[in-house]
Amino acid sequence: MGDSYLDLVNTPLPGRIAKALGLPRPSVLRRYTPGEAVAAQPVLVTGSGAGAEALADVLLGWDVEVRRHVLPGEKLGAAVVVLDRAASPEDLAAPMLELGQAVRLLVPGGRVVGLLRSSADTADPAEAAARQGIDGALRSMAHELRGGATANGIVLRGNATTTDPTTLGALRFLLSGRSAYVDGQFIEVTSTPAGGVAGAAARPAAEGTPDRPLAGRTAVVTGAARGIGAKIAEVLARDGARVVAVDVPAAGEQLARVANTVGGTALQLDITAPDAATRILDHVGQRYGVLDIVVHNAGITRDKLLANMDAARWDSVIAVNIASQLHMNERLLASPVFSDTGRIISLASTSGIAGNRGQSNYAASKAGVIGMVRAQAAAFDDGGRTINAVAPGFIETDMTAKIPPLTRQVARRLSSLQQGGLPVDVAETVAFLASDAAAGVNGQVLRVCGQNLVGA
Amino acid sequence: MADQAGAQHASSPRTAVVIGGNRIPFARSGGAYAYSSNKDMLIAALDGLVARFGLQGERIGEVAAGAVLKHSRDFNLTREAVLGSALSPETPAYDLQQACATGLETVVGLSNKIRLGQIESGIAGGVDSASDAPIAVSEGLRRVLLDLSRAKTTQQKLRTLATLRPKDLSPNAPTTGEPRTGLSMGEHQALTTAAWEITREAQDELAFRSHRNLAAAYERGFFTDLLTPYRGLTKDANLRADTSLEKLATLRPVFGKSLDTPATMTAGNSTPLTDGAAVVLLGSEEYATANNLPMLANIVDAEAAAVDFVHGDEGLLMAPVHALPRLLERNGLTLEDFDFFEIHEAFAGTVLGSLAAWEDADYCKRVLGLDGALGSIDRAKLNVNGSSLAAGHPFAATGGRIVASLAKTLSERGGRGLISVCAAGGQGVVAILEARN
Repeated sequence: MGDSYLDLVNTPLPGRIAKALGLPRPSVLRRYTPGEAVAAQPVLVTGSGAGAEALADVLLGWDVEVRRHVLPGEKLGAAVVVLDRAASPEDLAAPMLELGQAVRLLVPGGRVVGLLRSSADTADPAEAAARQGIDGALRSMAHELRGGATANGIVLRGNATTTDPTTLGALRFLLSGRSAYVDGQFIEVTSTPAGGVAGAAARPAAEGTPDRPLAGRTAVVTGAARGIGAKIAEVLARDGARVVAVDVPAAGEQLARVANTVGGTALQLDITAPDAATRILDHVGQRYGVLDIVVHNAGITRDKLLANMDAARWDSVIAVNIASQLHMNERLLASPVFSDTGRIISLASTSGIAGNRGQSNYAASKAGVIGMVRAQAAAFDDGGRTINAVAPGFIETDMTAKIPPLTRQVARRLSSLQQGGLPVDVAETVAFLASDAAAGVNGQVLRVCGQNLVGA
Repeated sequence: MADQAGAQHASSPRTAVVIGGNRIPFARSGGAYAYSSNKDMLIAALDGLVARFGLQGERIGEVAAGAVLKHSRDFNLTREAVLGSALSPETPAYDLQQACATGLETVVGLSNKIRLGQIESGIAGGVDSASDAPIAVSEGLRRVLLDLSRAKTTQQKLRTLATLRPKDLSPNAPTTGEPRTGLSMGEHQALTTAAWEITREAQDELAFRSHRNLAAAYERGFFTDLLTPYRGLTKDANLRADTSLEKLATLRPVFGKSLDTPATMTAGNSTPLTDGAAVVLLGSEEYATANNLPMLANIVDAEAAAVDFVHGDEGLLMAPVHALPRLLERNGLTLEDFDFFEIHEAFAGTVLGSLAAWEDADYCKRVLGLDGALGSIDRAKLNVNGSSLAAGHPFAATGGRIVASLAKTLSERGGRGLISVCAAGGQGVVAILEARN
């Protein structure tokens, strides 16, 4: 499972050889540890409007050293580029060129975050061109960054501002080590009232702190016995949630280990069983009263070229990966146990975005997840609930360890970060979407892929 | 007598409930758990229970468990298992041993502590490994080694060693033989089976139903919240879902071959040597309510009995037959008041012999001192989710398996259930569980 090439090029001599030969030199990514500072080095905030001013003030409140201009020779932890006022493509030159100077000063593991408005929210062609232009420029910047640095964007939808709770939540996520393997992505945010609640239904007063944002919440994680699911359970628990770990009875031994590690409960059930949702709701209802977070993580692959596909392979993948989620969501929404401010996070895949040879069934199920999330999100609009998808790219798991070695090495290097992600990277993004800070993120498909070329 | 019992009940202010249970699938001896120790398996069963109910780091009132085949190094088996589990290390524990009744007796003991208000929560259970059984050195070698440790001079040591004989070097393997009769448990049961004229067909029929009921219980997911897989085993290894009366009829008899009557006991209608562990979470109603835990059934009462199988006429495994009338009388109940009967299937003949005894007016008058037959048991109420013939019988783990399964059955279907477990040494324990609704 380990990436031995990554380990090798991060030692002195092989690192120099790789550089001399022009070989990929992936960096060890900066990952989150509780209690970490928002930024250890100064953060540049560019942009001249009121939105940029207000945001710079907020960052000061986070104990960040804020710079409004590049100081020659001073290293930067991050560059936050506020482009919310771009009206025509010509407006991009000055901020982008300044950003070009800033990235030379970015420390390893640094961050570039652009704040922009959506081209979908304007009828003015020039303004739309400017907004969409930022998208292209930031994605390119993400490809150019090295040293484990990333570039992402926050898209302000409607009348969302640079200092709305969800904007700040997304910014904090993107600046932190939590987003280590999120690169070249855009998070769309809508305006939410203070307290992080969209719509009328007030989410109960958060017991959370920045280090334990999910304190007091109850989360169900399916497929929690192993791999990404086990890590999601771990990260949600680290962030303060009570975790109900769900997996098939046959995986019960590992499931018990996960539950005991995270201080949660183990619930052995097959999510395709007709009574699966009822059993989950009964368990949570009895033990904890309210269900706040549901992570649909359980999934299987039964790869075959479509020409060789049989009904059993096709049907089992659809049943586990999407049909069970649709059924369970229906039951959740009909149950008083599921919180009015509940969060549903569903695991999609880059295969569901770009397709993948030999995975027509899997891609159908994962693209299906994306369709489901978008439709359900529209139904949730203006309520307190949200639903989002996380689409992992190449993640180092038991599943990807089965890919032939050469193919695996190539797959790892195909991303801007030149390495596979870790289960924890997916888990951190899930935890962000589960938090109050993401109240204004709904119907999104957030990729955790290191800006993989596949499906880009 | 009745007044006394009534007074005792009136002064008992609390109810002890079964909250849930967990066991690992039972493996055949030398199978999946061949290299697992009693401690390993008990920890696995405890950790599965902890995971099911979220008891990590919790200080449980007391944990009681035991093993029948126990190595001397496991003198503190249960406490050591607690220390190896996810429970709070501040959880006290004790070992108990009453042969095959060990598991049920731990439930009885802890539920009584709960009723008295001495503890709020308890975990009862047991474990046994026939694979990892302790093997002792011979009595001769043991004496020499002890003398050697006391010898002071080289001369004394050499003299002690000189007393060692080649035969002393062969180890003593454990047996299930009764120390006072030298007969194995199977041979003892063969005497009872013959005395009650239990036919081969009736025994095979009981074994067949045990397998069929256990398989059906697995099929409908009955065990998903009673069992946690261990070492790759997800079901009881002894279960033969596809067995048939025809197949069972082909097996050769293994016990009772030296008797005058035809030998009827086979490997199919006797329990095999098995490895496994089972635990049950008990609590007061207050504890369950405060922790939002389910309450599956109340533990009502229990009675132990012993019979003189050495000098008297009674069969080794007939003690529950004696215990039951006493338990029923104390509680003012008859057999008709029960909806489920869990009679441990040490051998099919044990169950059928017990049923025959309770139906026999002459025996009930003469031996049990009753006015007439105790009554008969509707077979449809007997071991409805299978029992030891199908699941296997890791001696001390059987009580925990039965209590948890019966409690769940009662929570699903209501009513009252009876448990009967026979044990070596001519002992037996019976207990009553009741649904809460």
